Amino acid sequence: MTKAYVFAAGPLLWVSVIVFAAGCLLRLGRLAWLARKKDRPVYAYMSAHYALRSIGRWLVPMGTESMRKHPVTTVVSFAFHAAVVLVPLFLFAHVLLFYEAFGISWWTLPEEAAYAGTLVVLAGLVYFFARRLIRPEVRYLSGPADFALLVLVALPFATGLWAFHHGPGVRVVMLLHVLSGEALLAAIPFTKLSHMFLFPFLRGYMGSEFGSVRHARDW
Amino acid sequence: MEQTSTQTGDQGLEKSVARLTPDQIAKTLGEILKSEGGARLKAYVKTCMSCGLCADACHFYLSHENDPRFSPAGKVKQTIAPLLKKKGAVDPEFIKRAALVAFTQCNLCKRCVMYCPFGVDVAWLMLFVRRLCSRLGVVPQYIQDTAHSHSVTKNQMWVKEDEWIDTVFWQEEEAAEEVPGLTIPLEREGADIMYSVIAPEPKFRAQLIYQAAVMFHAAGVSWTMPATPGWDNSDMAMYTGENEIMGRLKRAHFEAAMRLRVKRIVMGECGHALRSVHDMGNRWLGWKTPPVPVTHAIEFYWELLESGKIRVAKKLKTPVTLHDPCNVARGLGLHEKARDVMAALCEDFVEMHPNREYNICCGAGGGVINCGPPHKAERLAASSAKAKQLFDARTRGARTIIAPCHNCHGGLEDIVEHHHLGMDLKFLGDVIYECMEKPWKKDEEEQGR
Ligand code: SF4
Ligand code: SF4
Repeated sequence: MTKAYVFAAGPLLWVSVIVFAAGCLLRLGRLAWLARKKDRPVYAYMSAHYALRSIGRWLVPMGTESMRKHPVTTVVSFAFHAAVVLVPLFLFAHVLLFYEAFGISWWTLPEEAAYAGTLVVLAGLVYFFARRLIRPEVRYLSGPADFALLVLVALPFATGLWAFHHGPGVRVVMLLHVLSGEALLAAIPFTKLSHMFLFPFLRGYMGSEFGSVRHARDW
Repeated sequence: MEQTSTQTGDQGLEKSVARLTPDQIAKTLGEILKSEGGARLKAYVKTCMSCGLCADACHFYLSHENDPRFSPAGKVKQTIAPLLKKKGAVDPEFIKRAALVAFTQCNLCKRCVMYCPFGVDVAWLMLFVRRLCSRLGVVPQYIQDTAHSHSVTKNQMWVKEDEWIDTVFWQEEEAAEEVPGLTIPLEREGADIMYSVIAPEPKFRAQLIYQAAVMFHAAGVSWTMPATPGWDNSDMAMYTGENEIMGRLKRAHFEAAMRLRVKRIVMGECGHALRSVHDMGNRWLGWKTPPVPVTHAIEFYWELLESGKIRVAKKLKTPVTLHDPCNVARGLGLHEKARDVMAALCEDFVEMHPNREYNICCGAGGGVINCGPPHKAERLAASSAKAKQLFDARTRGARTIIAPCHNCHGGLEDIVEHHHLGMDLKFLGDVIYECMEKPWKKDEEEQGR
């Protein structure tokens, strides 16, 4: 068990980080190259000003008509996205591991905040899961992959919570925690989770087209 | 969920689908993907999170009592997404459904783009599907005929060259009876402005050319119209996905303007033509912005009123509301100028809600009305969201709807009739013509005295 853990938290972690980083870069690079070959307007119309204007708008809670139309989903989404990024990056235990390995450390979240953040992530996932099941327009669009993705995101957080509470089988759960976290990281570039790094480009392009060609708002 | 029938009675769909083979579908899709399946296609289809937040942006969805098949992402799910996933291994029946969805259940109005957090451009995707269908020959017959007309005559309505010239002369004659000395200058090289219209104007609404001539005359503007192909700025080929024809049309249009050495093109009150000239056609030809500056009628009227070249004699008394056409509001941000023009012309203005970029589509745009009678019932079945919005404006007093777009006129007329809304429709040009100061009238009166 310990051996497996050491392997998972060592070489395997490296693998997942590399797959994540290289995957993101590769996908971005491929899209950029494809756009150069077959989507010339993307480069012609891309404008930093309008791209940032639109991205900015869409990062402000209730900043767009669409968000105001769906207030509950908006609040849950913002809370969820903030927590899902902040908790793993600024969790004391994670930073400590990093410090032990490389001697580098950074600001960490107070324990209560990390705890609350984890609950927010899990609650958000339950909400998204339920929304997919209940709302007909979302259910119609949802396939098994969409539900699986929610589970994939839930695993590292649920196991983390378990480990924090020293629930039964904590050693297995810790191993699961590390493995599922790595799986999640490595899956980002190849699943719909890629919206994480594609968002600014898609939004930026649409913002640019609306700004410089259509002279209209896109929010 | 009841299954909507795919029996359309539309020969353009039925007959051509009967001829299709699965091999042909896969091969044609492969060809298009090879040359045009770029980053946007990939990114849009793959980034869509199936969150459904775009659903209530679409009037088809709203009008069909929130039937998820009519949501923007729902249309993607029924068309391009499985096509890509299965690499085109679908049966002809699938293509027929896809054509029906892309041609008749989406107005390409891009309202959903404003509601999707990622800006997934479903209208763009539907155009991609249309282009595939067009390559397969599966296109509603009426709009295909229109595109054929474009291809043969470079205008939308099979108007022959002499018919065009005759119509202009006829309108000139009529207008000159009202306004002494008025001319409609055809082929005047070196004029400041080339005025272009869509072919339905000479065909069905020739009085609009008359009214425009009166405005130009009163404002003392130097203008001309071409006597050659290129006078028509409309473009249904853009909506059938026949971009090659779109390119030829726009080239003829711009070249007419260049040959006449005008400073700019002013276009009549049409939305889709603006999209073709200002956004899509020029792009296809490799111009980021049109090679000859283009001014839409709304902006031109605004200039005329702002500069005092046209003065308002008496404002319109009937309470009016304004329908913001997608291609001029969401397409070129002319909604504020339209309101300035309205304020100058009308005493009693009632806003529709939602309005400006958020306005709900007339249901006719994107070539949907051009798919003709076989699809009219389906079009009206998707009109209750718009009808509600109009009815609300009516309860707050509005009696006349101003719609500065030909397509919107057609669509809204049908909606008003179908839902017994008892409102009438006008172009901005109609109102200007009605309300403007006509100095020659005074002269006549003085002479008569
Ligand atoms: S472009 Fe308009 S009609 Fe088409 S799916 Fe989007 S909102 Fe609906
Ligand atoms: S198109 Fe946009 S809003 Fe609609 S389901 Fe996809 S991601 Fe969500």
